[in-house]
Amino acid sequence: MNIYFFKFASLFYLLGVLAYSVYIIFLKESLSKLAMTIVSIGFASHTLAILTRYAEAGYTPVTNLYESLSFFAWMIIGVLLIANLKYKVKVLGSFLTPIALILMLFAFALPKEILPLAPVLKSFWHPFHVIFAFLGNAVFTLTFCCGIMYLIQEHQLKSKRMGAITKRLPPLKVLDDLNYQSLTFGFPLLTLGIITGAIWAEYAWGRYWNWDPKETWSLITWLLYAALLHQRLTVGWRGKKAAIMAIVGFMAALFTFLGVNLILSGLHTYSNW
Amino acid sequence: MELIVIGLNHKTAPIEIRERLAFPEEGIEKALSQIKSVPSLKENMILSTCNRVEIYAAARETEKAMLDLKDFLCQYHSLPLKEFEKNLYFLKGEEAVRHIFRVASSLDSMVVGEPQILGQIKSAYNIATDAKTSGLILHRLLHRAFHVAKRVRTETKIGNSAVSVSFVAVELAKKIFGTLEKRTVLLIGAGEMCELAARDLVSGGIEKVIVTNRTYERAVALAQEFRGEPIRFEEIYRGLRMVDIVISATNSPQYLLHHEEVAKVIKDRKQKPIFFIDIADPRDVEPEVGDIENVYLYNIDDLQKVANDNIHDREKEARKAEAIVKDEVAKFVNWYQSLEVTPMIIALRKKFEEIRNKELAKTLSIHPNFSEKERQSLEALTSSIINKILHDPLTLLKQKNEEAMADLYLDALCALFGLLVKSSEIPNKENDKDD
Repeated sequence: MNIYFFKFASLFYLLGVLAYSVYIIFLKESLSKLAMTIVSIGFASHTLAILTRYAEAGYTPVTNLYESLSFFAWMIIGVLLIANLKYKVKVLGSFLTPIALILMLFAFALPKEILPLAPVLKSFWHPFHVIFAFLGNAVFTLTFCCGIMYLIQEHQLKSKRMGAITKRLPPLKVLDDLNYQSLTFGFPLLTLGIITGAIWAEYAWGRYWNWDPKETWSLITWLLYAALLHQRLTVGWRGKKAAIMAIVGFMAALFTFLGVNLILSGLHTYSNW
Repeated sequence: MELIVIGLNHKTAPIEIRERLAFPEEGIEKALSQIKSVPSLKENMILSTCNRVEIYAAARETEKAMLDLKDFLCQYHSLPLKEFEKNLYFLKGEEAVRHIFRVASSLDSMVVGEPQILGQIKSAYNIATDAKTSGLILHRLLHRAFHVAKRVRTETKIGNSAVSVSFVAVELAKKIFGTLEKRTVLLIGAGEMCELAARDLVSGGIEKVIVTNRTYERAVALAQEFRGEPIRFEEIYRGLRMVDIVISATNSPQYLLHHEEVAKVIKDRKQKPIFFIDIADPRDVEPEVGDIENVYLYNIDDLQKVANDNIHDREKEARKAEAIVKDEVAKFVNWYQSLEVTPMIIALRKKFEEIRNKELAKTLSIHPNFSEKERQSLEALTSSIINKILHDPLTLLKQKNEEAMADLYLDALCALFGLLVKSSEIPNKENDKDD
């Protein structure tokens, strides 16, 4: 059952990507509304997919790579929907929806069977750890997209080109504000993710911190975002520097999530695939 | 009846002439009724803006109407004709329709695509409607013109981008700062250039204007005009710390603002961005200032280049718009011709019907003992003969013929059947359904 909802959601995200692509070409208000509606339907179906999987499996479905990718994509779309309510930056959808779609397609290729839960994952803290970590990552995905848009827009304005691209991207100030605000949401979430992870580790392995690659990389990610936040608040890092930092931070976050599992090995590895 | 346009615009007449022929708004209604009393004209309206003065009219006799309108312009403005005759243009029929559609769509404007003209035409039309000098033809024409303007606006991107230097500056400021609200601008130099550039920014929502100038008194005077704050020229770098946008237009032969100092200012501002608009010639801001992070420096050439690119885009869009106009002119001309054709068809039918009734009555009076059934078949026979005879000519007339051919047919019909159609028989109600 959950797989059907998942496929249905993927299909709607695909349609959403198409609608957002047409929107960014023609900039018709009605198209962005249409895209938004399509993505919302996808999100509703995706929510059902996660709920039914929870019911069928009997545990929070964030235990293998398929589930994690799907969960991450779900949170990204959730962040997009909230951001769309709060800010009038319609092109965000044109950036975030494709990222979510790629994660969905990646998940699609992975084994999707519900397996008995590994003993180490049977923990009160594990779901909290994963939810906080992914919510933080989803918010940072938004920060990342704003960073990319900022760099493009800044380059356009500096090189005195004011054409189709400039018109389509939001003003620098708006992007920079979003960079900061998403940082103030994402950073506490990431921090909570790491703390709950440490508590879970204490239950699972008897130590709060084991310096396995995933832990090390999450610390690196945390330090990068902490540095950005600190520099913003003290010496007024903003604009281009903040945008670059948001991109670097996201790369580190992505590596923590995927790279460590796929390339390096450690305590976290067995919990995937 | 023919549509005519007489007038002059920014392409045919210098501002001195346009000014003298302009109609003050409060005087238009009176002028309209004066024109209406001219026998050669049936309907009229006046469009008077700073770039054009035009009279749109439906004329009973075209040639006469043109002369009468010229006379009217001379008398009304107490100007001898020879002073402005060479600036005038006359258009009639299809050309007049095309002209009005192009004006309404802002294709004939000085700045192609500027949006004000449509509003100006609408109010000119409203004045004529209130003064009851516009009738069937102008109503229809103007409603079509509004429709064309709307099509051009929605189907092309003609009005989408800024084409003047100061509007480009406003657009850029918005791309940097989001909105102009709560933003402060520093004017360096109190000359006209600065004032003009600042005016568009201020109407774009700038909150505060600070002015500095070598002669402090002039800074005070200009600051007063914007309800802003004057500062002394020596305090220019203190000024930079307080503002978001800088417009510089002094006559200084060397650079006034240098890389090193501006970099320091940006650092002190905790990297808050500044947008420099250097419209001075020679330049006031060292070009290297533009390399500083969070500084955006545009000089007059940069702004002009963006404006020119936009003008180029507009020209491309204007070509699409011309196609729309062409299409709509054809539709209007068809409708207009049907006005002439319809009374002709009615008259022709009436004439045939009269002949039939007369002949039928004659026949029936000779044969009073015809049964009801026989009478009916006689009626049916005659009416069917008429319909068969009229079928081909009427089909031809109702077809969308070329103007010259349609006129030829109509003339021939009149002559062959001795028809007389008065213009008063043109239907009074607009009954075209595609509006």
